Amino acid sequence: MSDLTKSPDPVEPLLKVDGLVKHFPIKKGVLQRTVGAVQAVDGISFDVRPGETLGVVGESGCGKSTMGRLITRLLEPTGGRVEFEGKDITHLSVGQMRPLRKDVQMIFQDPYSSLNPRHTIGTIVGAPFRLQRVTPEGGVKKSVQELLSLVGLNPEHYNRYPHEFSGGQRQRIGIARALALKPRLVVADEPVSALDVSIQAQVVNLLDDLQDELGLTYVIIAHDLSVIRHVSDRIAVMYLGKIVELSDRQPLYETPMHPYTKALLSAVPVPDPKRRAARTSRILLRGDVPSPISPPSGCRFHTRCWKATTVCKTTEPPLLELAPAHRVACHHPENAQDQQPTDTERLAGAPTQDEVVRTSE
Amino acid sequence: MTAPIETTAASAEAQPEAVLAGAGRSQIEGRSLGQIAWTRFKRDKAAMAGGVVVVCLVLMAALSKPIQAIFDLDPNKLNQDLVDPALQAPKGAWGGMSWDHPLGVDPGFGRDLLARVIEGSWVSLLVAVGATLVSVLIGVILGVMAGYYGGWVDSVVSRLMDTFLAFPLLLFAISLSASVQDGFWGLTGLPLRIAVLIFVIGFFAWPYIGRIVRAQTMSLREREFVEASRSLGARGPFIIFRELMPNLVAPILVYATLLIPTNILFEAALSFLGVGIAPPQASWGGMLTDAADRYESDLQYMFVPGLAIFITVLAFNLLGDGLRDALDPRSK
Ligand SMILES: Nc1ncnc2c1ncn2[C@@H]1O[C@H](COP(=O)(O)OP(=O)(O)OP(=O)(O)O)[C@@H](O)[C@H]1O
Ligand code: SF4
Ligand SMILES: [Mg+2]
Repeated sequence: MSDLTKSPDPVEPLLKVDGLVKHFPIKKGVLQRTVGAVQAVDGISFDVRPGETLGVVGESGCGKSTMGRLITRLLEPTGGRVEFEGKDITHLSVGQMRPLRKDVQMIFQDPYSSLNPRHTIGTIVGAPFRLQRVTPEGGVKKSVQELLSLVGLNPEHYNRYPHEFSGGQRQRIGIARALALKPRLVVADEPVSALDVSIQAQVVNLLDDLQDELGLTYVIIAHDLSVIRHVSDRIAVMYLGKIVELSDRQPLYETPMHPYTKALLSAVPVPDPKRRAARTSRILLRGDVPSPISPPSGCRFHTRCWKATTVCKTTEPPLLELAPAHRVACHHPENAQDQQPTDTERLAGAPTQDEVVRTSE
Repeated sequence: MTAPIETTAASAEAQPEAVLAGAGRSQIEGRSLGQIAWTRFKRDKAAMAGGVVVVCLVLMAALSKPIQAIFDLDPNKLNQDLVDPALQAPKGAWGGMSWDHPLGVDPGFGRDLLARVIEGSWVSLLVAVGATLVSVLIGVILGVMAGYYGGWVDSVVSRLMDTFLAFPLLLFAISLSASVQDGFWGLTGLPLRIAVLIFVIGFFAWPYIGRIVRAQTMSLREREFVEASRSLGARGPFIIFRELMPNLVAPILVYATLLIPTNILFEAALSFLGVGIAPPQASWGGMLTDAADRYESDLQYMFVPGLAIFITVLAFNLLGDGLRDALDPRSK
């Protein structure tokens, strides 16, 4: 993909997220009193540079979709700041956001629910032009047909309905709709997780090709590290509403620092048999993700971490740059200097290394 | 990439459909869900029969005056010579059936029953369809608002629905039609009666359709295509009318079709209780009341309006069920 991330000179970011928070209030009773909050996204910061692909991974429920909806401003943040091309869009109203919608588009997870079953493909892919009152050169129909060919569909299928297409084809239709207005930033929320494994690579490759062709910037959300391996320039790992590791792709896959990242990586199938031999252990995370309504104190991962010590329960580890372009939020990172070397007392109740690490397959 | 393979597969299967949709268009034409539903509906014999009967009934109701004129049928012509005043029954067998009066005559005044059934059909259908439209209009507007906007709008509408459903409708209908006997909004006589019936029946049945529309809207608004529309800058009205409504048409159509027979029965019941259509205007409910008073002397009389109501209600129900099956095969 692009080489932008490799160059050290600071590029003005396309998207700048600072301390982003989204809490969904939980209301109860007849009076609808607020009794708590789902802390779906709890203070995350990152940049997206023009032309790059930022991969965001994390288990189900860790707030990835909420993050995607916040940066596309389908949701209003509870706190923090979102800047797009230097413009603060954190609290813009629906009307103020409208012109910006041309530049920020979204690809959705479920190709069966993201296309209106009562509209033809022509209407669906042409909707961006109508809604944004853009008259493309040569008319809407011609543009829609060009978009359909661009994503590898037959432009003659203009008048067909979504139910006549397969999941992979529908996802291509969703991609065509997202690209209609030539956006700067595309947020793809698990764009292939609903698809057959055999089709996933095709759609990912299509996204990759389109990025080169149209100069797009992507934020691609995924729930494991395998899908986005080849398309991401940088990767952010999320756990319970927080970013726990943010790094260029290479260091993240080769020298992961956060124990959670290591666990996620150990679950990625290794395609290369030579390297497969090199991988000796598989880490099994015990238990469920804790509830985002009352997340664990200190490091949110301490209930499942085999390296947890006393400090992990009491103090939240800051997201620090421990290696060039490699940030991690952990007191006892792997592949880096221990941040709390004096704190060695293992946390009572935390799983031991033997419990989680399975040697070889 | 294997994209070309996917598309060729699709265009290969497209051929027969293109022929189906065919007729002069060189382009590949998709079949909408509506067209598919129609194909499915045509295969459903009972629903088709119901549909044909409904069409005939509607034609009969709409053309009742011309039909009466052409066939020289007069629902209000008295034929005292055809009834036996002592027996309080029509002269002759089978309730006075004859070539001139195929369904016989009424035992009180000797009026032609065929003419009265035809005359009654437009009253029944007008009230039933009118009331259904009132219910659908109120129910759809409030149901969509509650389902789409949620929050306090939903709370208010939901409480309103509960209130309306808890209302002692029959008592209200009786007292209302008693109190507007002599003119309201410039309406008098029969038009007033019909307006009151449409209002009473329609205004109190809307929560049923409102609830269905609300639930459907709530599930539709969570679908990603609504979010996609919002991410393109669409606002509430656009989403409601362009994204949600096309998906609501089918359930609304089905429910409206199934509401009509209920309303026909309700109108008949109100007329039967004497608070609906007043005599001498012919109505199916009114004929039933009349027949019930004289069932000892002329049992057959009761079957004429009874069958008319039965056939109409059955036909609408078959049609509605067929529509539901055709439009949403999963709901079976
Ligand atoms: N509108 C909402 N109201 C209340 N809670 C919500 C809402 N949307 C999301 N949540 C909660 O916020 C948390 C994060 O949800 P989110 O959908 O962002 O997770 P995710 O990482 O995308 O998960 P998945 O992989 O399952 O899509 C979850 O606990 C979810 O229940
Ligand atoms: S801070 Fe402690 S609990 Fe959290 S990941 Fe690091 S070692 Fe594990
Ligand atoms: Mg999600």
